[in-house]
Amino acid sequence: MDSALIPKGVKRCPTWQFVLWIGAVSGVLLWGVVAMVLIYFKGLNQTNMNNAYGFALWIWADLAVIALGGGAFFTGFLRYLVGKDELKNIVNYAVLVGFCCYVSALMILGFDIGQPLRGWFIFWHANVHSMLTEVAFCLSAYLGVLTIEYIPLILENRQINKVPFFHHLAHNMHEIMAVFAATGAFLSFFHQGSLGGVPGVLFARPFGYRTGVFVWPWTFFLFTWSAAACGPCFTIFITKLTEKIVGKKLVKDNVIELLAKISGWMLTGYIIAKIIDTVYWATVTAPSKGFAFMDFYTNNPGSIYGIWILIAEIGICGVIPAAILITDRGRKSKTALWLAVLLAIIGVCLNRWVMVLQVLAVPVLSFESWFTYFPSWQEIATTILPVALGTIVVSLSYRYLPVFPQERELNPYEPAADDVLEPETQELAEAELKPAQA
Amino acid sequence: MFPFSFEWIWDAGHMVFMGGLWYALTIMGLGVTYCIIKAAVDASGENDGNHH
Repeated sequence: MDSALIPKGVKRCPTWQFVLWIGAVSGVLLWGVVAMVLIYFKGLNQTNMNNAYGFALWIWADLAVIALGGGAFFTGFLRYLVGKDELKNIVNYAVLVGFCCYVSALMILGFDIGQPLRGWFIFWHANVHSMLTEVAFCLSAYLGVLTIEYIPLILENRQINKVPFFHHLAHNMHEIMAVFAATGAFLSFFHQGSLGGVPGVLFARPFGYRTGVFVWPWTFFLFTWSAAACGPCFTIFITKLTEKIVGKKLVKDNVIELLAKISGWMLTGYIIAKIIDTVYWATVTAPSKGFAFMDFYTNNPGSIYGIWILIAEIGICGVIPAAILITDRGRKSKTALWLAVLLAIIGVCLNRWVMVLQVLAVPVLSFESWFTYFPSWQEIATTILPVALGTIVVSLSYRYLPVFPQERELNPYEPAADDVLEPETQELAEAELKPAQA
Repeated sequence: MFPFSFEWIWDAGHMVFMGGLWYALTIMGLGVTYCIIKAAVDASGENDGNHH
């Protein structure tokens, strides 16, 4: 039914199967929309946030998707500015995944600000001394960059590309993509960093507070570094997951291995820096504020914030994936690669949870006890909503857009009868036949 | 955000912060405008070519 929209030379599942899949995901989306409507009409009393947890599940989700979406800026940086040409075969998908992540982030922020109608205040009446203002500016501008990077892919749809203006527009945008990629890298560096800077400057909360250089705490650099390291892992993970779902290979191994190798070395550097930062904070910064290291990991309800969380974040989800990804053998083993990218993703999500929520949970005054929080169903549903939306956008893009340049080569396919009968295909076939006839 | 907003001050903070933002937005705007104009010119040139 929709075969005219599907890229040439590739096979897609039957329309009924696709509609069924989109319908199932739309059910989840609808659940999120119900919660979203409740929050917009009834307000933030629909959440379990309180005076201790002004930042909660939404902000964690924001920070996590922004870190995971870092694959877009870093892959674009490697492809267009460093010149890693092989990555052209995965950069489209990295942009698509990044686009979904950043749409999710801004959507969640739209819920979180409580008064969405006043969302423009942060731009118009900007507080130039606030890291969060910088985040808002760079985040919005970077979503603009990702949209610009995504548009040529849409214009390359089989039918849209027949319109000469759109065909040339897509070509021209590709031609100067390096300019947009550089702008994206600039914006990403600052907003990823500023997100890390927020807990780092909280001198009244010694769990998050860090020393640093000039106005930037070390967490500023650690956040950017971890996003550049773990973002590509998420791109690899989603690519591999897509391959599993559609049941075919979409990107050659050498491309995945190159990205995994760069990601592995970035992760190694990050983990070394993170360990040094943690040791300095535990032995110098926190004691100077009157806290012993173990104060942050003991006497909390159910030991939810025990020392295990630090071991899990840095050791299991940091050192292990880094060790796997920097070795040739680790990258070539399917199981090890899956494990490494999954651990890296969990690690960066855990880091964001610790730096946003554990910071708020730790008591800072002697008469206080640990603050606990569990999100309401509305918070959970609205956090899952963008995931469902992203799944739909990725599914539609995969079906109708030439996202994977190597797909045709990796999956030779005999075109269907209606493809062959199209006039332009016939012309092409005739043109190809001429030399042979001669 | 703009010099005509009531809270605007001509200090280093505003110039660095807003300068960075407007620099990025200008590059994006000019880049997209260039692509659109060039695509229109290329497409009209192609159409003219088809007429002859």
